[in-house]
Amino acid sequence: MEFKDYYKILGVDRDASKDDVKRAYRRLARKYHPDVSKESDAEARFKEMKEAYEVLKDPEKRSAYDQFGANWKAGQDFQPPPNWRREYSFGGGAESFGDAGQFSDFFESLFGGGRGGGFSFRTGGGRMKGEDVNATISIPIEDAYRGASRTITLEVPEADASGVVARRRKTLNVKIPAGITAGKRIRLEQQGGPGFGGAPAGDLYLAVDFEPHRFYRADGRDIHLELPVTPWEAALGRKVKVPTPGGAVDLQIPAGSSSGKTLRLKGRGLPGKPPGDQYVALKVVVPPATDEKMRGLYESLEREHHVNPRAKLGV
Amino acid sequence: MAQRTGSNLHGIVLDEQVMFTLREFSHACGIRTELIIEMVEEGVIEPAVTETEWQFHGDSLVRAQRALRLVRDLELNWPGAALALDLLDELDRLQRR
Repeated sequence: MEFKDYYKILGVDRDASKDDVKRAYRRLARKYHPDVSKESDAEARFKEMKEAYEVLKDPEKRSAYDQFGANWKAGQDFQPPPNWRREYSFGGGAESFGDAGQFSDFFESLFGGGRGGGFSFRTGGGRMKGEDVNATISIPIEDAYRGASRTITLEVPEADASGVVARRRKTLNVKIPAGITAGKRIRLEQQGGPGFGGAPAGDLYLAVDFEPHRFYRADGRDIHLELPVTPWEAALGRKVKVPTPGGAVDLQIPAGSSSGKTLRLKGRGLPGKPPGDQYVALKVVVPPATDEKMRGLYESLEREHHVNPRAKLGV
Repeated sequence: MAQRTGSNLHGIVLDEQVMFTLREFSHACGIRTELIIEMVEEGVIEPAVTETEWQFHGDSLVRAQRALRLVRDLELNWPGAALALDLLDELDRLQRR
């Protein structure tokens, strides 16, 4: 297994005081906590920090860890010394954060498995509900409209007969219900980590996000779209085709519309009770005067219709 | 090595359509009901139904779990976690615009 340089992970010197360690952890935790951070690797980085802090904040664990000295480099192949377990006994591994299987093999080989440590809020003694697992999936808006299935692969901690915890890949087919909105979570009961002592497995929480779309933007169940129209469609009022996640529909543009005018297609957003609406913001697109005929048409408009669109600006 | 389930798993979407009793809620969070009551008293979460037995919306479950992680990992207190969550939600809302 790979050696982990806990000092490097927290960015502190080997002679850092307990307060330095705490300060460094807190500063990094605020930045990388998965509930706070938008960084894609936040979850993995945060786990490392938590593990490093777990060791360096505890004088006993730290002095045991310090025996390996500064010569070890992160990533080097590592095996604990043969007499390690006899000299040191760390009951329960992770004391304050006992979500089973949270820590690396390196940590567990030195300080014991995460199981049974028991985060102080957790209920139960020998029986312990399995770890809840959080995962995120991105889906296109169209899938949120129609509903979809997704195959996801997760790593869940699993204990073998002798109680050794190892991570294991697990593949699930999950149904994404129609009408789900971005940021919502799907709860899959007992699809997380296995429980201990006959307790039920933890749950799987799947956070759903929408992939960026070429032209839709979702806000809850409402869909927003910018619709390009010609000056004459806007001025005269015409019926035009508009895409919606459920398929194209006809939209009557009121005569005398301008850029920025927003029209509502009731119930054309994501399905639900009530369904969302689709908001269509008009954007007048002016075709360039590429040929003589077009130029002539623009010029006759200019000649025959004097209008100052900047009157309100006082010029 | 990978374990595969044949059919589709149907979960529940944690939104305002789903309700949890206090007991179910505390079970889903993996904590004692006393701590849920504390979270309500500190204004972290609000029950959706209070007339009879307390019931909570699905999105309160998401919020409670996030608050628990913040309290645990960042050593915040309840009001601090509630403030952080309010600001994070606001940030999310603005970014979705």
